[in-house]
Amino acid sequence: MAKKPASIENQNYEQALTELEDIISSLENEPSGLEKSVAIFERGKALIKHCQKLLDSAEMKVRQLEEDGSMSRLED
Amino acid sequence: MFEQPGEFTRQIYSVSDLNAYIRALLESNENLIDIWIAGEVSNLSKPRSGHIYFTLKDMDASVRCVIWRVHANRLAGVFRDGMRVEAHGNVSVYEGGGQYQLYVDGIRAAGEGRLYQEFLLLKDQLTAEGVFEESRKRPIPPQPKLIGIVTSPTGAALQDMLNTLLSRFPITEVVLSPASVQGEAAPAQIVKALERLNKFARPDVILIGRGGGSLEDLWAFNDEQVVRAVAASEAPIISGVGHETDFTLTDFAADVRAPTPTGAAVMAVPDINDIKIGLNGWSLLLEQSMGDVLGLQQSKLTEEKNRLDLLSPGWQIKQRMQRLDNLSLRMDHLVNRYFLQKKQQLELAEEKIVSFDPHNILGRGYVLVEDKKGNVIKTIKQVQLGQDISVHVSDGMISADVTSIKEKE
Repeated sequence: MAKKPASIENQNYEQALTELEDIISSLENEPSGLEKSVAIFERGKALIKHCQKLLDSAEMKVRQLEEDGSMSRLED
Repeated sequence: MFEQPGEFTRQIYSVSDLNAYIRALLESNENLIDIWIAGEVSNLSKPRSGHIYFTLKDMDASVRCVIWRVHANRLAGVFRDGMRVEAHGNVSVYEGGGQYQLYVDGIRAAGEGRLYQEFLLLKDQLTAEGVFEESRKRPIPPQPKLIGIVTSPTGAALQDMLNTLLSRFPITEVVLSPASVQGEAAPAQIVKALERLNKFARPDVILIGRGGGSLEDLWAFNDEQVVRAVAASEAPIISGVGHETDFTLTDFAADVRAPTPTGAAVMAVPDINDIKIGLNGWSLLLEQSMGDVLGLQQSKLTEEKNRLDLLSPGWQIKQRMQRLDNLSLRMDHLVNRYFLQKKQQLELAEEKIVSFDPHNILGRGYVLVEDKKGNVIKTIKQVQLGQDISVHVSDGMISADVTSIKEKE
């Protein structure tokens, strides 16, 4: 399990969900101290909250690919 | 009028008879059943009855056409005034007007018949090459982060796809690789747009499509180069070309075929509402895992408490008390057994003593003989003739004189 205490705020939805999966599987399969478990659990709760926020505030980014391979913001 | 009596002898027909006869003639002629007629649509009229009336014409001629209501719904959308079409049906007569007409039950844009032949040919060829093989299809990632779109930047299809993506899965990103989707230049542009997308943007999935139109309008998606480019795409492709009923070779080559551009967008992404529900599931799972951890800790604690109890002074005392009880019981047992043994020995001795009492023997007929001094006479040497002796029996004593003495032989 990759232990990266990356700031939750900077994670995108996928990353947050991946870490959440790791957290749950570690709680289920790797017995560790109570204090550590509680800390992991708290982080899981924060990740879920973060995911919810991302889902609620998502704004789809749409760009256009130009012939030279550059991307420009697509106005609609 | 009566000067020509011969005229009266001939059979006279009514107009109805005439028209009915002509109608029967036309309807029984095999050449006029199940025919295709090419021409330009004019005078298109759709009265409230639901039937459709129009005229088909070419440079020199025209014919009235009818589409009955049963076919009208299906066919109304596919042609308009001024359009060159091929109409299918049979010829009959409208008796009320004395007018023969084409009764149409199928209609398509002119040239579609030829296009369709080409379509079938190319389809057979690419099928034989394995371009449409089911084994070549790749799965669509469940939650794509980047979605590529190949379509016209001005078409309704793009708006449909963007609106659908926005409402279903706004956390994704979209890259439009614009291409004309209709006309001569379309195939080459679509191929380039696909290549650019795979090369520069590398999306997780590509949506390709356009809105509905005639078979000719959709023809770019049957172009061999386009079909091959779709099959060769690095990213999996969902096609959404035209309407539900339109099938193009691009659809066959794509990893997934959607009925429409909107359908393609639906298939590309999950619904964010489902994800939100799923997130609640994650939350529950997390709580449950934590509950398990706490339960485990609780049972560990109980186990430790039990072990600690074993070491407590109270437990030690209880242990010793029990040991004492045990010893005490054993001792009682030993003591009891000792006395029992002694009692038995005593009883045995008593029996023996009783058996040695001489009076006991007297009871069985033996006698005890004593002299006057009380000495027990055991041998003839202790007595003389005439001596007084006492003979003791079980219930008394007999005094006697010795009258003879004989020694044992």
